[in-house]
Amino acid sequence: MSRQANRGTESKKMSSELFTLTYGALVTQLCKDYENDEDVNKQLDKMGYNIGVRLIEDFLARSNVGRCHDFRETADVIAKVAFKMYLGITPSITNWSPAGDEFSLILENNPLVDFVELPDNHSSLIYSNLLCGVLRGALEMVQMAVEAKFVQDTLKGDSVTEIRMRFIRRIEDNLPAGEE
Amino acid sequence: MTVHNLYLFDRNGVCLHYSEWHRKKQAGIPKEEEYKLMYGMLFSIRSFVSKMSPLDMKDGFLAFQTSRYKLHYYETPTGIKVVMNTDLGVGPIRDVLHHIYSALYVELVVKNPLCPLGQTVQSELFRSRLDSYVRSLPFFSARAG
Repeated sequence: MSRQANRGTESKKMSSELFTLTYGALVTQLCKDYENDEDVNKQLDKMGYNIGVRLIEDFLARSNVGRCHDFRETADVIAKVAFKMYLGITPSITNWSPAGDEFSLILENNPLVDFVELPDNHSSLIYSNLLCGVLRGALEMVQMAVEAKFVQDTLKGDSVTEIRMRFIRRIEDNLPAGEE
Repeated sequence: MTVHNLYLFDRNGVCLHYSEWHRKKQAGIPKEEEYKLMYGMLFSIRSFVSKMSPLDMKDGFLAFQTSRYKLHYYETPTGIKVVMNTDLGVGPIRDVLHHIYSALYVELVVKNPLCPLGQTVQSELFRSRLDSYVRSLPFFSARAG
């Protein structure tokens, strides 16, 4: 019984190759199931969203991070704590918009694409789009509506992978309907 | 010292779980009604406390007590709320409520893909683990009350 209870705090080790290959198998299957790349991108985003919605709870349970005061703090936590915890990398944060509502995560090395080369007939596939969904889903659960999208990708010949994050609005808590 | 009961709410005010141990008196209203009233009160206290706060709020309100019982409150940034009523002898139990969230709710409900989120938890495993965890707490005692 205590085994289960202790599991939350210790970080488990797993083979990163297995993880990378599993993700590859998933994307491959989606490419078989859907006719065009846009639909695959959409599915990846949707799956990521569903992961993010649950992953945020695990993140909060394990990291003991409290509520962020501004978007800059959020960016820091995403890059330094969340990416580190789940992918073992620490993206750098750059290109803040003057208003402070947009920034870029630069991934020097994206573990999802370790063995990947995009074939010519999948030029519009956003291979790692799952990550955008995860970010969107996780942040939505902490009352932040954001937009996340890939603007540069090493798979497409860019020198780095860049995810652009845009803050849309704060989601306010409302009393459930039908209450006085 | 003793534990009376425990509520678990999600961000939308849905009562995910309720259990009670030494509750001698019921509210005399249907359970659904009780959850709603409880959530409504927590919601109001929360927004009142943050409105009146002379400093920047951090964790919000933690507990209140009456002459007979103490209500402990723990909320995560995702809006999961763990509420435990105990008698007055129990000190701060943030770590206990955090444990219920992180080691029980997250491990057994959130990570179980077959448990839908946002509705009453059906998991028997969660129920029984929670029960044995609460019963194992140092301030859980069958005699008091």
